[in-house]
Amino acid sequence: MVVVWKDLLVERRSKETLNALFFFGLLLLFVFQFALGPDRERLAGTLPGLLWLGFILSGLLGLGRTFVAERENDCLEGLLLAPGDKSAIYVGKLAGNLLLMLVIETILLVLFSFFFNLDIAGALPALSIVIALGTVALAAVGTLFAAMTAQVRARELLFPVLLLPVETPVLLATVKATEAVLLGEPLGSVAHWLKLLAAADVVYVAVGVLTFDFVLEA
Amino acid sequence: MRRLLGGATLLGLAAGLVMGFVVAPRESTQGNVQRIMYLHVPSVWVAYLAFGVVLVASIVYLIRRAEAADQLAHASAEVGVLFTGLTIATGSIWGKPTWGTWWTWDARLTSVSILFVMYLGYLLLRGMIDDRERGARFAAVLGIVAAFNIPLVHFSVYWWRTLHQPPSLMKPGPGTMPGIIVAALLVNFAAFTLLYVYFVAKRARLLRLEAEAEA
Repeated sequence: MVVVWKDLLVERRSKETLNALFFFGLLLLFVFQFALGPDRERLAGTLPGLLWLGFILSGLLGLGRTFVAERENDCLEGLLLAPGDKSAIYVGKLAGNLLLMLVIETILLVLFSFFFNLDIAGALPALSIVIALGTVALAAVGTLFAAMTAQVRARELLFPVLLLPVETPVLLATVKATEAVLLGEPLGSVAHWLKLLAAADVVYVAVGVLTFDFVLEA
Repeated sequence: MRRLLGGATLLGLAAGLVMGFVVAPRESTQGNVQRIMYLHVPSVWVAYLAFGVVLVASIVYLIRRAEAADQLAHASAEVGVLFTGLTIATGSIWGKPTWGTWWTWDARLTSVSILFVMYLGYLLLRGMIDDRERGARFAAVLGIVAAFNIPLVHFSVYWWRTLHQPPSLMKPGPGTMPGIIVAALLVNFAAFTLLYVYFVAKRARLLRLEAEAEA
């Protein structure tokens, strides 16, 4: 709990990650638009993929910074010396990351619906379930891997290289589910994808909690 | 012991080749091309076996901290990546004449190639860490995450490809194969498994000697 509070406080004071990520998301929109041209039909077809590409790319940047503050200030040991289970650090970091990513994703979603002229109001409840499930899976592995790569050479390279293949099932599931939801189909039609995402959430968080001890051992 | 294993592996592979190329009949629709199955299917079996061993060895390492378990995981991952690569290569060669393309995003191709990049990342992580003990710990964690991810990859890719279009690509399943083909396949399974054990034993020994030399 304290870890969440600390990270949120730092983030609120500095706003460095949030500001940069917001700007990054805006740039992504521009890049997508330029790369695909102004053809609305084509854009609409690729939209679920683009949306999740945006989430994943900003997630890579945001999650990769999970332990940057600790490393730069050499206070990882301080965090480790705190009484209590080390998996509490994981849960705290995960909660912080989750919050950060949800904020970014909300902003990105609004930007997307604005720039691509997309009416999401009707699909919003279903869409938020898909996004929430996908984000937990993304953040759970991301937090674990960020802790590992923070202590390794070439970390900014290694982090996405490790994370992206592992997250492929999540990406497939979220894109397919988002596609269906945006077309106005009921959640029941994508129940198998939601179950897969829920299973991924449970597996990733469980493995994260159980193995985090070993990652942070001094 | 190791020499004996090597000899048995050689014999097995030779027997597998004879079974595959001489004893097994020519397949009626695909012709001789189909014989690549005797390399392709055992390769993918060894790949899955190898990644299973990585999982078990990783868990054992994290609990017991036995360096031998770490070396086993490392060796097994390397051999696993090798055989995953072989699977993709032989599948590609098989696909060109039968499907008319080197590559298609078919469910099985996709899931095997995801495994390939996932475990390549595992080897990359190992290469990036100088501290032996820390590398072993991180690799073990990654080995566990990756192994638990395999079923998720499998289902997601399967649904991704097959919900929209029924599998149109024929692959001979065991149920439709005559006994002699099954026998040839089984001999190759055994030979490839021996080859796997031989490779891993050799590689793990090398890793152990490396560790000793450094210490």
